[in-house]
Amino acid sequence: MNRLFCLIRQTAHLMVGIPDYDAYLRHMADRHPEQPVMDRTAFFRDRQEARYGGRNSGRCC
Amino acid sequence: MTRHIPWILTAVVGLVALTIVAVSRGEAVNALWIVIAAVSCFLVAYRYYALFIARHVMQLDPARPTPALRRADGLDYVATDRTVLFGHHFAAIAGAGPLVGPVLAAQMGYLPGTLWIIFGVVLAGAVQDFMILFISMRRDGKSLGELIRLEMGQVAGTIALFGAFMIMVIILAVLALIVVKALAESPWGMFTVAATVPLAMVMGAYTRWVRPGRIGEVSILGLIGLLAAIVYGQAIAQSPLWGPIFTFTPVQLCWILIGYGAVASVLPVWLLLAPRDYLSTFLKIGAIAALAIGIVIMAPPLKMPALTQFAAGGGPVWAGGLFPFLFITIACGAVSGFHALISSGTTPKLIASESHAPFIGYGAMLMEAFVAIMALVGASILDPGIYFTMNSPTAMIGTDAASASAAITAMGFPITPDMIAQTAKDVGEHTIISRAGGAPTLAVAMAEIFSHVVGGPAMKAFWYHFAILFEALFILTAVDAGTRAGRFMLQDLIALAVPAFKETNSHAPGVIATALCVAAWGFFLYQGVTDPLGGVNTLWPVFGISNQMLAAIALMLGTTVLFRMKRDRFAWVTMLPTTWLLICTLSAGWLKLFSTDPKVGFLAHAARYDAAADAGALLGPAKSMAEMQRIIFNDRVDAALVAIFLAVVLAILFFTVKTCLAARRCAAPTTREIPAQMVPAQ
Repeated sequence: MNRLFCLIRQTAHLMVGIPDYDAYLRHMADRHPEQPVMDRTAFFRDRQEARYGGRNSGRCC
Repeated sequence: MTRHIPWILTAVVGLVALTIVAVSRGEAVNALWIVIAAVSCFLVAYRYYALFIARHVMQLDPARPTPALRRADGLDYVATDRTVLFGHHFAAIAGAGPLVGPVLAAQMGYLPGTLWIIFGVVLAGAVQDFMILFISMRRDGKSLGELIRLEMGQVAGTIALFGAFMIMVIILAVLALIVVKALAESPWGMFTVAATVPLAMVMGAYTRWVRPGRIGEVSILGLIGLLAAIVYGQAIAQSPLWGPIFTFTPVQLCWILIGYGAVASVLPVWLLLAPRDYLSTFLKIGAIAALAIGIVIMAPPLKMPALTQFAAGGGPVWAGGLFPFLFITIACGAVSGFHALISSGTTPKLIASESHAPFIGYGAMLMEAFVAIMALVGASILDPGIYFTMNSPTAMIGTDAASASAAITAMGFPITPDMIAQTAKDVGEHTIISRAGGAPTLAVAMAEIFSHVVGGPAMKAFWYHFAILFEALFILTAVDAGTRAGRFMLQDLIALAVPAFKETNSHAPGVIATALCVAAWGFFLYQGVTDPLGGVNTLWPVFGISNQMLAAIALMLGTTVLFRMKRDRFAWVTMLPTTWLLICTLSAGWLKLFSTDPKVGFLAHAARYDAAADAGALLGPAKSMAEMQRIIFNDRVDAALVAIFLAVVLAILFFTVKTCLAARRCAAPTTREIPAQMVPAQ
């Protein structure tokens, strides 16, 4: 049940362009432990800008 | 063998349902037969055709690292659960297109549209989305323009980029026109849509400063605000003070939208665009799900005939016969070139394994086709008299209930003035006459279905405005986001001549490109709004042609890649839909240019008005010489646009043939894939 809720939450977030924050933290810990990580707010703002501000405003007719 | 039995049964069910839909005449067919036919066909196609393409044509390799693994950065490149990614991809491809096209196509009856959606998506649309996802996935998630440049050369890439920009302009104009048609003279609808602007800004401020990143929370707050706006909209519309303030003519709305597009696309994204995107995305998914459930519960009979006399041409909603015009009218839903931009956008960067590609590329498009089927069902459960009253231009049926009922009854779809007035009253509008564009028709159908399930007839007006709001909301989001995307495309194009335009950080190029982009779609919007035939009549075919041409371009890229992979044996998978799309779009484009029927051909229409103007006569509905000149000018612009699209697609065809022939002369594969043996950088 909990997993289902998580999945729905993740889907809803990715639908509006926000990837999983925990996955980002895991990635940074695995691959770049020496680098600083963005906090939740900075991560959110960064992804928001990436989705809407850039060239990739992927959306259909 | 036993594992095939359930699928064989599914296929039989689908075939039976399809036969019932196709051959029943006289008695009303239940809409569920269409739904069953579509779902069974899609399931079987997914199980066999998608798998065949994956295994034999593409030879997908689950062991091969995808961009999400090779370039993992936790941000753009993230290996994502396949159901989560399916949702992301579907939300990105589903828009107004699959809702509007089938509604307009219903003028020929429900049968042609149903068949084209089912067979079109299985053999063309889903193949295109899947193929482009595959190509991009093997090339680091590059975009369509880059892929064409990579596989067909610089010139082809630039031509495709230019074509994509023109298509974007037309799409934005058509979408904005649909909003104008839905909101003109409708204070209730106008108020609810206008209320979303301050509402979104409050949401934006909330996610910016109060609780950053809490999308779920803020969306629920926003939804409450939206529902309140719909409820209070009725009182506002009836108020003698506020009602007139929110009542606009189409031309006023046109200027409001152009101004909105210009301002909204330069505001910070977190303020308006992002929060409204949350609302529109979740509302869209919710409304689609609710519509599916509603149709199943209500199981409405189809009132539209399977085929109307307009299948032979001469229909009031759009001109031209079944071939080729049906195949460009239902664009998204059967096959949509725009999806190639999405399939080569964020999705290939998020896919975790090549084995997920059929589910996401092929499966999500089947889902979109299902949305199109629901829209077609929606239009077909309405009384045909109501359907044609809503979708015929005023030039044909006049502006009052008496003239409309007389004209529509004369077409062979009996309807009384009372029925027209009562339908308008039920949905809380002044009038439903000549509201082409698909959105209002679908909204009436949705009100019919939803009120059957929740609230009864008293709730019809609420559901109607809910449906209008849901469509207007995501169209406005698309206008805003599309203007931004168009701006970057334009900057890239101008930069080919003036390199300084590439500077995305300095202000002047951005402002100039934005202004040009808004001016471009604003021009076509204004033309559509002032068009005596109602605009949709003229612009939707141009949009359909351009969108299907982009699909043909994407499929030609697919063909080229298959040839360069030395998999010529399987190239028919993309060549078959390419050929069909080329036949449809080239002949539709040709007819739009050179047909001698002024209702179909732009140049014939211009010539007719030109001849009248030379003789000093006024041709209705033009009321002055200036209007005559404007009609002539618009016709010629549209003709030039269609000619450009034809030139673009023929140029790409030339490069495709050239590249394929070159690939055949080579013994080894020449494709530019990222080699399989490259392991993730550790």
